[in-house]
Amino acid sequence: MSLSPEQVKQVALLARLSLPPEKVEPYARQLSNILEMVGQLSSASTDAVAPMAHPLDMVQRLRPDVVSEPDRRDDYQAIAPAVENGLYLVPKVIE
Amino acid sequence: MHTSSLKELAAGLKARRFSSRELTQHYLGRIERLDPGLNSYITVTAERALKQADAADALLAQGQGGPLTGIPLAQKDIFCTAGVRTSCGSKMLDKFVAPYDATIVKKLDAAGMVMLGKANMDEFAMGSSNETSFYGPVKNPWDVTRVPGGSSGGSVAAVAAGLAPIATATDTGGSIRQPAALTNLTGIKPTYGRVSRFGMIAFASSLDQAGVVARSAEDAAAVLQAMSGFDPLDSTSVERPVDDHVAALDRPIKGLRIGLPKEYFAEGLDAGSRAAIEAAVKVFESLGAVVKEVSLPNAPLSVPTYYVVAPAEASSNLARFDGVRYGHRCDNPVNLKDLYERSRGEGFGAEVQRRIMVGTYVLSHGYYDAYYLKAQKVRRLIYDDFRRAFDEVDLVLGPTAQNVAFKLGDKTDDPVAMYLNDIYTIAANLAGIPAMSLPCGFVEGLPVGLQLMGNFFDESRMLNAAHQYQLATDFHKQWPKGFAS
Repeated sequence: MSLSPEQVKQVALLARLSLPPEKVEPYARQLSNILEMVGQLSSASTDAVAPMAHPLDMVQRLRPDVVSEPDRRDDYQAIAPAVENGLYLVPKVIE
Repeated sequence: MHTSSLKELAAGLKARRFSSRELTQHYLGRIERLDPGLNSYITVTAERALKQADAADALLAQGQGGPLTGIPLAQKDIFCTAGVRTSCGSKMLDKFVAPYDATIVKKLDAAGMVMLGKANMDEFAMGSSNETSFYGPVKNPWDVTRVPGGSSGGSVAAVAAGLAPIATATDTGGSIRQPAALTNLTGIKPTYGRVSRFGMIAFASSLDQAGVVARSAEDAAAVLQAMSGFDPLDSTSVERPVDDHVAALDRPIKGLRIGLPKEYFAEGLDAGSRAAIEAAVKVFESLGAVVKEVSLPNAPLSVPTYYVVAPAEASSNLARFDGVRYGHRCDNPVNLKDLYERSRGEGFGAEVQRRIMVGTYVLSHGYYDAYYLKAQKVRRLIYDDFRRAFDEVDLVLGPTAQNVAFKLGDKTDDPVAMYLNDIYTIAANLAGIPAMSLPCGFVEGLPVGLQLMGNFFDESRMLNAAHQYQLATDFHKQWPKGFAS
């Protein structure tokens, strides 16, 4: 399996990564090599095998429905790149 | 002082032969003198360390404190430390000061340990050579033209060079064991779910597990025990008491059944490393272990399986870095999409970007079944191989890496060649079982690591076997030239 430069640009868009034009071709080559290596998986016969998402056979724990977190809004906002009046700032979303 | 075991250091502290402040200053002095040549620390927290040391000394003066009180350590910079920069080796988090402590940081602080600083690492723990760090590569103390392995390269270089008596580390596909092997250390990745992941920056959540790198199995046992245990803040933490690893060390290993997977001794393993491993097998036999061949037929598919599962999980985990709530933000974004794309494009290095793109691709419409679902099925086959092996044997033994440490820059342009460094270590992460590496010899003066893999929650048995081996050998006591004195 190989990825074309166009496909790399599409994947980068999906992943929200800006790629400088000169990096597209090297990435296409490297990602193709990785996918080629990954292609070995097709040699395994997995018809009757259940997928394994996780090593432990466990279910999500439940806890009593009570407040367990203190309010630390100010601490978390203090490490944000841009805030104003307790709100996170982003560029204008509505034109 | 830096050549002492943790037990010896604890005895010295208890007898007041030296104080924790003196011990801490000794390490801080070594870091200042020797780390410029190694780059093992991203941040040194001298002030915080001396404060912790004074608190430990106050406890010790009252005859209180435990076996780790007053003993320094390095924390891998993947663990959140309140009030201290937690970079994860990335420009993305270069200015990130964590608002809370990881659970293991809390636990080791509570045990009285003294944090010397935050250890260098591959960016977001993605790498096998510590060359993807935003803060520059770490050098191997055994040969500074060579890599220390990764991703816990700073942790191992610091301990191997005596810039910390012990260090925390994490292992998603071999990031504790491979660097431990390349620097003559003992490193253990416990069973998935044994150590809390709360506050440990996520890479691949179904594989990530924290552990330690140490100068011996005995040292590793003491700190691993203090780190382990149930944590309600981690939804995959296991509710099960922690075994007494330290008490288990002294058991004889007569009758211990050790399996040698034939796939781990096939083509690709360096001849010198093979000879060292085979000699180690003889030592285990002389200690009464019973050795037989086993088979892990799907183990050769570990690397391709991992390079679907891990990037898939990483692409999802790293979606949180959006330039909005914390981390790097680009200048003057024109719109939201530009903000996301440039913040992430500037904040992440090349290897992290590659893995995010691979992950995004294998999860995307039309490719999900062929890649992600297929990899999850092969993961089950790899897991089943271990289940069968552990019906026959107690531990599985093999090499940790195919070769000794390679030269800096040798594999940076070839991601696939770099990925093959973890050919022997990845299967344990996919299965979720505990695994460790310990020193077993040298090839042209460079350390060789031996890997032990155990059944679920069998850390004590592995550490016991490693300790008994270390009582019979002295490979782990060797120091890289220029660092012992």
